[in-house]
Amino acid sequence: MTAFYFVAFLSIFFALMTIFTKNPVHSVLYLVITFFTFTVHYIMLNAQFLAVVNFIVYMGAIMVLFLFVLMLLNLNKDTEPMKSNLVKIMGAVAGMCLLATFLGAFRVIELDNGFVTGNSDVGLVKNLGKVLFDEFLLPFELSSILLLTAMVGAILLAKKETKEA
Amino acid sequence: MEVAFILEKLILVVIIFTVTLVIAMYSTLAERKVAGFMQDRYGPDRAGIFGLLQPLCDGGKFFFKEEIIPAGAHKPLFILGPVIAIITACISSAVIPWGQELVINGKAVSLQVADVNIGVLYIFGVIALGVYGIMLGGWASNNKFSLMGAIRAASQSISYEIGMGLSLIALLMVTGTLSVGEIVAQQSGFVNWNIWVQPLGFLVFITCAFAECNRVPFDLPECETELVGGYHTEYSSMKLGLYMFSEYINMFVSSALMASLYFGGYNFPFMYDLGLSQNWITVIGVLVFFLKIFGFIFFFMWIRWTLPRFRYDQLMNLGWKILIPLAIANIVLTGVVTLVKDTYF
Repeated sequence: MTAFYFVAFLSIFFALMTIFTKNPVHSVLYLVITFFTFTVHYIMLNAQFLAVVNFIVYMGAIMVLFLFVLMLLNLNKDTEPMKSNLVKIMGAVAGMCLLATFLGAFRVIELDNGFVTGNSDVGLVKNLGKVLFDEFLLPFELSSILLLTAMVGAILLAKKETKEA
Repeated sequence: MEVAFILEKLILVVIIFTVTLVIAMYSTLAERKVAGFMQDRYGPDRAGIFGLLQPLCDGGKFFFKEEIIPAGAHKPLFILGPVIAIITACISSAVIPWGQELVINGKAVSLQVADVNIGVLYIFGVIALGVYGIMLGGWASNNKFSLMGAIRAASQSISYEIGMGLSLIALLMVTGTLSVGEIVAQQSGFVNWNIWVQPLGFLVFITCAFAECNRVPFDLPECETELVGGYHTEYSSMKLGLYMFSEYINMFVSSALMASLYFGGYNFPFMYDLGLSQNWITVIGVLVFFLKIFGFIFFFMWIRWTLPRFRYDQLMNLGWKILIPLAIANIVLTGVVTLVKDTYF
């Protein structure tokens, strides 16, 4: 339990650093460390596959792309331009809505259903694969179609832009 | 028991670490010797017999060179860059099985540091992390050539990781496990090597491995004709040395990976037919494994001194339009063959 609190503290600390640091590149790096602490959480929960996929996809690919885009933008100024008050208020309201939704969702969640307290080895690759391709086949396939759609959409948008230019 | 276990692993880690560093060190000499051979001249031959002391001299020189951190550089990240590069290069060898078990005083000692059952994914993750060293170093140098090199490294690494991952998926469909130890154990003898069932996958994998190691013909991030020195333009002294060193360690580890995933690792033909004891099989197996690794390292060097560098658009076309479709076709083919084999044979 002590280990959990320590890692949780690190997660929250680096998440806050991500928000409060001025330099965008530092921000991305703190986010990378935050994701790393998530990986540690997954390992502590015995969810090996999720841990390593989080490691590869988020730390290894998505964050590299973030960094890549930041470097292309070449943000020389350390401070980002101040946003107008309207944007700030909207941001605060949206954040509070999200918080309220999460609180509501977590209040009604049942902690004693089979998947939370049941088999703690469900996170190992073999068991996870069996569950995904058997019990949850339909949601799994649907989400892959969703991803494919998003990918095709992104390519389509990029193509349109080059044609007009 | 617990202490003995930790001690055993610690000794193994130290040995592997030393061997890795020595091989990386002598790879630099081998590279220049091979270059000399290809270009019909002697390589370095002044320091020691056959130039064997050359890597030591180079290392000493790296240590005594002046350490320069440019005034405009971002100092913490500038230092962090080579650190990440060398650490990620060194930790990736943890899941590679160097040999079978040795039996010492009736106790079996495994020659693999960690046989985790997600070994392949672990290596993949560490490789994915390796690009941070180059990106941070290139960006922190505050030099446009370095930045260009860093950006190239990032896009190249991401593009070729996809091809590499897809080629590995086909391999995993054949082997049915993610543990490198088990994958090697399945390929005992000679006919069971994965290269015979996954030739196309291996072709994609080795091409992507070249790209991930930033080796010619994929060394666009440090393309000296366009970018001065690429991402390490501003680096001097041992920091530059660490970048160079991590490249050679990466080469060694990816050779080891290719040897163990596709070429049977420590397995050699007729290994159980010669009537040898377990320990002798292990020892010969380790030697054979290193022979395979040296073969791949030589192949890396051979390619370097044979092929010219790609142009950047050629690099991207090869990655996205040739390797990825090939890898996907390989997955489909593997799936069909597996299905037919399971149903009719």
